[in-house]
Amino acid sequence: MDEIFRGMTFGSIYSLLAVGLVLTYKTSGIFNLAYGAQAFVSAAVYYEMRKVHELPIPVAFTIAVLIAAPLLGLLLDRLLFRHLRSAPAVARLVTTLGLLVAIPEITKLFFEVNTSYQPPGVVPDGATAYNPFGNVFLNRDDIATIVITISVVLALMAMFRFSSLGLRMRAVVESSRMTELAGVDADRVSMIAAVMSSVLAGLAGVLISPVLPQLNDLYYRNLVVAAIAAAVFAGLSSIPLAFIGGLLLGILSQVLATLLPDGSVFKASLGPSLPFVALFVVLIVMNARGGTRDVADPLAGVDPPPPPLVSVERTDSLTWATRSFGVIFVFGLFYWLFFHADEQIWFPPAQEAVIYSIIFLSITVITGMGGLISLSQATFAGIGALATAQLATDAGIGVLFAAFLAAGIAAAVGALLAVPALRLAGIFLSLATLAFGLFFDSVMLKYTWVAGGDGIQPHATPRPTIGSIDFANEKAFLVLCIVMLALVGTAVIFVRGGTTGRYLDAIRGSSTAASSIGISSARSRIVVFALSAGIAGLGGGFFAMYQERANFVGNFKVELGLIWVVVVVTLGARTVEGAIQAAIGFVFFQRFALRVWIPWAINHVQPWVDVKPITGGVATVLFGLGALTYARHPEGILEFNKRTSLAAIQRRMDRRKQPSPPDEGAPVSGEVGHEPAPS
Amino acid sequence: MSLLQADRVTKKFSGITALDAVSLDVEDGEIVGLIGPNGAGKTTFFNCLLGMSKTDGGSVTFAGADLSRVPTHRRARLGIGRTFQRIELFTGMTPREHFFVADRAHTRRGSLLFDIVGFGRPHPDELARAQAMLDLLGLTDVADRNVESLSLGIGRLVEVGRALMTNPRLLLLDEPSSGLDRHETEALAATLREIQRESGTAILLVEHDVDFVRSLATRAFVLDFGTLIASGRTDDVFADAAVRKAYLGDIV
Repeated sequence: MDEIFRGMTFGSIYSLLAVGLVLTYKTSGIFNLAYGAQAFVSAAVYYEMRKVHELPIPVAFTIAVLIAAPLLGLLLDRLLFRHLRSAPAVARLVTTLGLLVAIPEITKLFFEVNTSYQPPGVVPDGATAYNPFGNVFLNRDDIATIVITISVVLALMAMFRFSSLGLRMRAVVESSRMTELAGVDADRVSMIAAVMSSVLAGLAGVLISPVLPQLNDLYYRNLVVAAIAAAVFAGLSSIPLAFIGGLLLGILSQVLATLLPDGSVFKASLGPSLPFVALFVVLIVMNARGGTRDVADPLAGVDPPPPPLVSVERTDSLTWATRSFGVIFVFGLFYWLFFHADEQIWFPPAQEAVIYSIIFLSITVITGMGGLISLSQATFAGIGALATAQLATDAGIGVLFAAFLAAGIAAAVGALLAVPALRLAGIFLSLATLAFGLFFDSVMLKYTWVAGGDGIQPHATPRPTIGSIDFANEKAFLVLCIVMLALVGTAVIFVRGGTTGRYLDAIRGSSTAASSIGISSARSRIVVFALSAGIAGLGGGFFAMYQERANFVGNFKVELGLIWVVVVVTLGARTVEGAIQAAIGFVFFQRFALRVWIPWAINHVQPWVDVKPITGGVATVLFGLGALTYARHPEGILEFNKRTSLAAIQRRMDRRKQPSPPDEGAPVSGEVGHEPAPS
Repeated sequence: MSLLQADRVTKKFSGITALDAVSLDVEDGEIVGLIGPNGAGKTTFFNCLLGMSKTDGGSVTFAGADLSRVPTHRRARLGIGRTFQRIELFTGMTPREHFFVADRAHTRRGSLLFDIVGFGRPHPDELARAQAMLDLLGLTDVADRNVESLSLGIGRLVEVGRALMTNPRLLLLDEPSSGLDRHETEALAATLREIQRESGTAILLVEHDVDFVRSLATRAFVLDFGTLIASGRTDDVFADAAVRKAYLGDIV
């Protein structure tokens, strides 16, 4: 009995968040992964107002939930969500991913919250407990949470059912464009919805904070995972079901925590992992029941398809010019690096960039070729690193061979993950991979057979030797990494032009038509998952060699993987050079630009503020914000730049060919217009 | 034994019976028409034949094999090709690439390992087969243009070609003439007749256009509200009173 009531507190919070998620998804088509971050912002503001400025409860509550939260919602809607409603699903997902990464870091810049313990609740003396009946104990915070949640959700349901605003919201869900044709301002409706759901997030954030041991954004992220499970349980469309799902999940986790015997493996692992397991299970079960259709806009067919790669469109002579320039540039770079550069300063980042390139190619494969967004690429790389370390040190296998074996293991894990997730589409697949990654981080990593060694210290990994060449030498190791990158890059290009790549293209074009000519999309999907996980695993193995230890927590946590996806997708997930430039940018931006160059430049031009090296949080924010450009350039920044510069060159060449008369209206051949698809 | 034998195929959508015990057969090398007004269940019937929707009763046999537990892509490999009423092309690909991919899917050459070591590229013989299909359908001029930039009529031809590349024994055409003008329809009928003569593929044709069916099919089946109301030789079927009622109202 006690567990049920106790579970209701958490359950209420899951419910509130789930309802808010459903609300935004229904009205804007955006699945807001950053929702927990929004809750965290309000909690942080509330903490600041109560503890630091010592304002009374009603004032602090008003500021945190009724001012800060709606403002944030308004801001996000105005700047982002509004423009995303008709954007491709991938753009929507990557944008909220960027926010998920950026918002907590921005918040932490303003508030010193991660050191703050015992956050205050919304009722005075929140810890005072009551014993209404039996052995049920509830404190005032619990009661406030449960009562407020239930009344808010009921009010919301009534609004949706009975008010004209609710009717308009439901119409926008069906198709915002159609609703606009009927004379409803869809932007306004979705703005109201964004503000409302932001208030819900703020409310949930403030209500739950006294129950959490510490005001830490990771707690909020895990809360949202559970809330996502509840939202998926509701098919992302039913507010009452989302409410019930959240409550059930809260109660279930408490009951399980009590029922399972103390000290059992199940208790140790299932307790912390329940949100992830629940999300995964709910996704699979709902999918089997056919409840996970992406919201399809009946007018979505008018969107133009992505343009072909520039390299396909440009003329042969231009291709040659570009390629020769590239080759000369790369050789020049290597010449400088090997014969003139300071080994201490330049080799670690160079090796790191090359290895990241290998890992990022796994994103090129799964996202650029497969059209799927996997959020567990870091986990696959981490599995590769851990397996390499263990095989090389404990089993005594040559480390290079161990890395390939480890890639095989990662590929097998990827294929295994793909099997239950086979028929999940779009956002649901990404959520399943996210659940897997979080599950691995918080549960699997605790087992010593996974983490290796004592499970705390990173496992040592040797550098390889081939014959008389010892790759402990930094130059030799860099060469080895480059050779590996060249092999993997070539393989990726081959796969893209070969059977696998073309099948994937066909499936993306129309999976029904692909199956009508005998292509199994299930098989193709398993293949692309395995290939991608294998490449990530190989990269992870090399990362372990580079660092001479397999440091999972430092390098392969899910959060970092999110940044990788964001960086690669922002720069261009469809080409090999996109992955390489993403890796170079990722490493050098962090190591040099933010730590040295930018602070130096700012300090150089102005004497007043001493800018310190920028690390961690702010870097994350910048990467996260970078993702927001994706909505405008889904082909990636590189492709966009190539396209514009190609168009400029073409214009100039055309002009030279015909000096008179200059025809300005003629279409530029680099920018072939896309006529609407025949239907 | 018929090439395709559909026996009392039934399909229900939550209470509505879309197909009520529909039986139909197609012989090797024959062109059969399946006609009926909008909403009669023609496309549903196609989807049931191909396993794209689950049936609620009845069975489908193809070349003597029971298809009820065979997934869609395997039915295609057994030799059933199809086109779609709302055309389903591979966006971002050219007609030539469509034909090449379909050829690969048919010959089932190549695997991931093949690709990785660089053997996945189109072979000359594969490209030659794609070119032959382009020639047959008169698509050479648009062979390397993106399919989105092509007209609906050409899109339908690309669909037909893609299905033919898998060398089907039976081709299911779902309203190939819808959205085409008179001229395009006649050209399509001529092409289909030529294909049928050359490859000997059996064709099951779902159509609205009575003249189109008359000019092609030797036999016809008529669906109305999910039930088969007539079948037999095409001319006899069109003379049938029930058919005229379903199609034309009561003007008899």
